[in-house]
Amino acid sequence: MPVDPAAHLTVSVLYPTLLNIYADRGNLIFLQRRCEWRNIGFSINSVGIGDPIDADGTNLIYVGGGQDRDQALCASDLAGAKAELLRDWVASGSPMLAVCGGYQMLGHGYSSPSVSIDGVGAFDAETVAGPDRLIGAIEIKTDLPGPTGGVLVGFENHSGRTTLGPGATALGRVVHGHGNDGVSGMEGVRQNASIGTYLHGPLLPKNWWLADWLIASALGISVDHLPSLPNEAEAAAHRSARKAAGS
Amino acid sequence: MRVRLAVIVGTAVSLLLRAAGRAGTTLPGRVVLLLAPKAIATLGAKLGAGTAVVSATNGKTTTSALVEGALSRSGMDVVHNSAGANMSGGIVSALIGGSSGERTIGLFEIDEFWVPEIASQLRPKAVLLGNLFRDQLDRYGELDTILDRWVHCARELTSQGTIVLLCADDPGMAWVGHDLPKELVIWFGLEDTSVALEELPASADAGACRSCGSPLNYSAVLLGHLGHWSCPGCGLSRPTPTYQCTKVDLKGARAIELEIVGPDGQHSASVGLPGVYNAYNALGAWALSSTLGVSPEVITASFNESGPSFGRAERLSYNGRSTSIMLVKNPTGANEVFRTLTAEPSGLNLLFVLNDRIADGRDVSWIWDADLEVLAPSIGHVVCSGTRAEEAALRFLYAGVGRDRITTVNEPIAGLDQLAKDSEGDLWVLPTYTAMLELRGKLADLGTVERVV
Repeated sequence: MPVDPAAHLTVSVLYPTLLNIYADRGNLIFLQRRCEWRNIGFSINSVGIGDPIDADGTNLIYVGGGQDRDQALCASDLAGAKAELLRDWVASGSPMLAVCGGYQMLGHGYSSPSVSIDGVGAFDAETVAGPDRLIGAIEIKTDLPGPTGGVLVGFENHSGRTTLGPGATALGRVVHGHGNDGVSGMEGVRQNASIGTYLHGPLLPKNWWLADWLIASALGISVDHLPSLPNEAEAAAHRSARKAAGS
Repeated sequence: MRVRLAVIVGTAVSLLLRAAGRAGTTLPGRVVLLLAPKAIATLGAKLGAGTAVVSATNGKTTTSALVEGALSRSGMDVVHNSAGANMSGGIVSALIGGSSGERTIGLFEIDEFWVPEIASQLRPKAVLLGNLFRDQLDRYGELDTILDRWVHCARELTSQGTIVLLCADDPGMAWVGHDLPKELVIWFGLEDTSVALEELPASADAGACRSCGSPLNYSAVLLGHLGHWSCPGCGLSRPTPTYQCTKVDLKGARAIELEIVGPDGQHSASVGLPGVYNAYNALGAWALSSTLGVSPEVITASFNESGPSFGRAERLSYNGRSTSIMLVKNPTGANEVFRTLTAEPSGLNLLFVLNDRIADGRDVSWIWDADLEVLAPSIGHVVCSGTRAEEAALRFLYAGVGRDRITTVNEPIAGLDQLAKDSEGDLWVLPTYTAMLELRGKLADLGTVERVV
């Protein structure tokens, strides 16, 4: 099924002024351009503290990362109606990308010796602060269909160690880098089109095909039906990031 | 005794490096510290006129260069880490290379993270803390970590009588100063809102009040998250500056003219550096020079003769083409360079050099935080170079620069040659930190820029 001429992608972005530390807006710029180049409508719904999420008018939810202090502010706003909506969203595997702090908050919670933050509980994942930060370029292998054989690259920078529960499946296996906890070899979480991950860099500009996969999922079509784009610059950037990760 | 011996060894290392044609801005100091770990305190105490310290994410090198100019013109001997080597090794290298008489003052720019360790050893007369922006998060983790360190450090230093100069426009700096003894805090800030931005940029780092967590209100955003701010929740607000810049007149990508009001009246100065960011640097430098006892006349005269320091808007000739080097290293600093460049006629020929070495930050995400969309319409042709050239090229493409106007050449001098070949007129080079050092080094070998010693 080709793209409907009236196709429109609306991304609801949670707390864009607080959760944006690792150039999260790069993911949004990337989605926007790739929609525009294909004549697919694109708009962003900014969801701030106290704002509701309009689930019916949303095709894709994006949650970025922030500093601990800012994440604590968001966590208290998420409790209640928003948390319930997000649990339903992920349970149905609807399109979502939650990066770093966003990933942690979508799990059961985050705790360190000084703070304990309740999460949304949408992903069966629990995060505990580690003694040091896990920092560096990272490469993972997923089973998503894509021209790089499912390989994703990015940069990670987190002190949280995330453990997946029995109800969760990892996004991929670590090839180079630390991943969820630095020991399990697992990275991120995926429930159909709902993804949580520590990969920033930002993630989508380093992995153009994942952006297309998310766009297609959000529009409810097969990625093969998206109009093709010249991807030489995108593939070169992916190779450059992959080299930095050690491949 | 131990320090004296260490200094002799360090000086020998320094001489050897110079004989080998190297600058030696860090290694001699590291050697000294290996032999005498407390060398900073010992050597710093020998400076007859004391020490002063400058730190900030953006503007350390330029601010301290302006202060150095004013102090020198006033007749002081200044020991200064002018090449931007701003961790312990660089400070000690400067100390062993300088004099130590009655009229000698130490002026050090210090890396944001190392301010507490180094300043507590120097016990300076005055410390200027200019701003904190997101930068090299892969090196230090969270920005809040550095701010917390500064809060504790400022408390400790003021308890020993150090004067702290803070930028009132940065809510983070206001937090550093909010509970310090008032007589030891000097605020500086920009009053001229004609240069204000329309809104907070994407990379702004001060969404929420430090004290109560409410989102801050801005009546004017001047640079990144710097501006005229107040908290609707707890009433914390921008302190009234003692040193105010009441007028900024931007002269393209070359210069600024300023009016500065301080405790001793109103003064005008022109500075051979472009942009609002340099208005902040000049204002801070004015406040610190004045605090250290330099007269307004001497500061004005010194500012009027100032030019770019070390890769910050430096201009040189490359194969007969006017070539300007403007360091970019984080979103806010880059945004200010872009804002400044848009004052030039469009059709700019740009070499963007993106490295990912440790001193640049291994994480190159920041290029997506920087507002390249602002610069894109002014670009004629851009060549991307450096270790992560391909990712820079992608960023320009998504900022709206056409594929046919972007070229990737990894080696920077080859990139500069390519740019020169494909274009006419002035060349603009925007390198990250290690790329700037590399380029300057290579251009020095080609005889187009003086090597820093």
